Amino acid sequence: MNMALKKSAIAGGVPINGAGATVLAMPAPKGPPLAARIASHASAAAARLIPPIIVIAMTLMVWELLCNKQGATLPPPSQVVSETWELIVDPFYDRGGIDKGLFWHLSASLQRVALGYALAAAVGIALGTLVGQSTWAMRGLDPIFQVLRTVPPLAWLPLSLAAFRDGQPAAIFVIFITAIWPIIINTAVGIRNIPQDYRNVAAILRLNHVEFFFKVMVPAAAPYIFTGLRIGIGLSWLAIVAAEMLIGGVGIGFFIWDAWNSSRISEIILALVYVGIIGFVLDRVVALIASVVTRGTAAN
Amino acid sequence: MSYLKIDHINKSFKRGSATTDVLSGITVTIDQGEYVSIIGHSGCGKSTLLNIVAGLTPASNGAVLLENKEVNEPGPDRAVVFQNHSLLPWLTVYDNVRLAVDKVFSGSKSRSERDAWTMHNLELVQMAHAKDKRPMEISGGMKQRVGIARALAMQPKVLLLDEPFGALDALTRAHLQDSVMAIHQHLRNTVLMITHDVDEAVLLSDRIVMMTNGPASTIGDVLDVALPRPRKRLELVDNPEYIQARAAVLEFLYARHKAPALQAAE
Repeated sequence: MNMALKKSAIAGGVPINGAGATVLAMPAPKGPPLAARIASHASAAAARLIPPIIVIAMTLMVWELLCNKQGATLPPPSQVVSETWELIVDPFYDRGGIDKGLFWHLSASLQRVALGYALAAAVGIALGTLVGQSTWAMRGLDPIFQVLRTVPPLAWLPLSLAAFRDGQPAAIFVIFITAIWPIIINTAVGIRNIPQDYRNVAAILRLNHVEFFFKVMVPAAAPYIFTGLRIGIGLSWLAIVAAEMLIGGVGIGFFIWDAWNSSRISEIILALVYVGIIGFVLDRVVALIASVVTRGTAAN
Repeated sequence: MSYLKIDHINKSFKRGSATTDVLSGITVTIDQGEYVSIIGHSGCGKSTLLNIVAGLTPASNGAVLLENKEVNEPGPDRAVVFQNHSLLPWLTVYDNVRLAVDKVFSGSKSRSERDAWTMHNLELVQMAHAKDKRPMEISGGMKQRVGIARALAMQPKVLLLDEPFGALDALTRAHLQDSVMAIHQHLRNTVLMITHDVDEAVLLSDRIVMMTNGPASTIGDVLDVALPRPRKRLELVDNPEYIQARAAVLEFLYARHKAPALQAAE
């Protein structure tokens, strides 16, 4: 139980730990103020760390109490940790086939997401620009987008398998088709919302189409585009787990399905923790890129 | 021979089957180096007229001639200073001006000359110190100064000012008006300014074009302001010619061509 508690607390506190580390690494200009600064940072970090630690500890305690009884269908956290200890301490083992450490499963899933998502970003931004820029394209394509975007990701999988005749490209296609709609729609809105003032400036400077695209359109629409990209990465990660359950092979989705088929419930719970943390990290990474790239593009 | 000629401009907007006439038979000629203001109540179509000169809005009839050549597309020879500055928020002050400089002088100036020209124009509006700031980090008056620097940096044949001081507080406005006067004195640009501020029009202009109310606005009167330059705001306060010019514009705007809303209220 202690182990699980510690791990969750560390995962929840990554940004705060990072901030604390930079403060400690700074050269000390004066004696007392530095100590005071560390103390104030420490208390700020504690104020942010303590509530989640308490809540996690309480949740684990309730769970332990509920599942510790005879006849409980799910294992308590202490049993989860003891049963999956090997997976926790050695995520890198590889005994061939699908008997690999969690690192390899997660990395296979992430590769599929990376490929499908990258394709969705490229095609989505291009189509979104077209729809945002041309009224004709919007009238033609928007109804199709509005209908297709409501199709659940997994509904595409059989069709995708039929078309590609292989699990790998089929899963990548499912990621692509899941992530692309919010990217298209948000890009189109961003392009359509470019203020007339910027277009006037571009007209007076006689920027050509290429210059206008890179110097005005992309930066002006960037906040919207990144909103779409952020929704897209979340949906991709949601879809990959479900898709992998069906296509099999190496991947966190099939790892969960395989664990269920062999009644290794503790492994399922461990995998869910990893899936959650990685989804969180993916979202943060896109948000971080967005805040760096769109610096100064927000309101004026 | 006139430098800029606005020749019998008509403008009407069509919405469905309804047609609204905005401008009717506007003719203004401006000499090189002249500072001309267009004044009128809001809704009289003065901004539409400026957009037509800039080439951003097409005229329904008539033409704009610059050095006897018709212009009907926007271009850097008619640089505009917009009321809301229209700086690109993701570029620094320097890069906003540099974008214009790079575009206009890409063939004629070297990289270092373009850098020097950008800095020269920022110094002209006293904004060189803020060159690495982004528009959101500087005040409204400073943004407008950068907007003016960007327009000046294009070395336009005609500088078009679209209510450039309208969004500023009174003190900032006065400062910026003095700067524009000094720059005009120094560079002798040809300027066409849209305004609804009587004092501003009299202080800055060689000639004030007064427009009647819409629909189908036309030129009601033209007033020459023969005050000698350089003009000093404080000295003009009790200058009889200034008082007379101011009274003439006020009389036109508030007695002969009252704002539509005021008329309705009576």
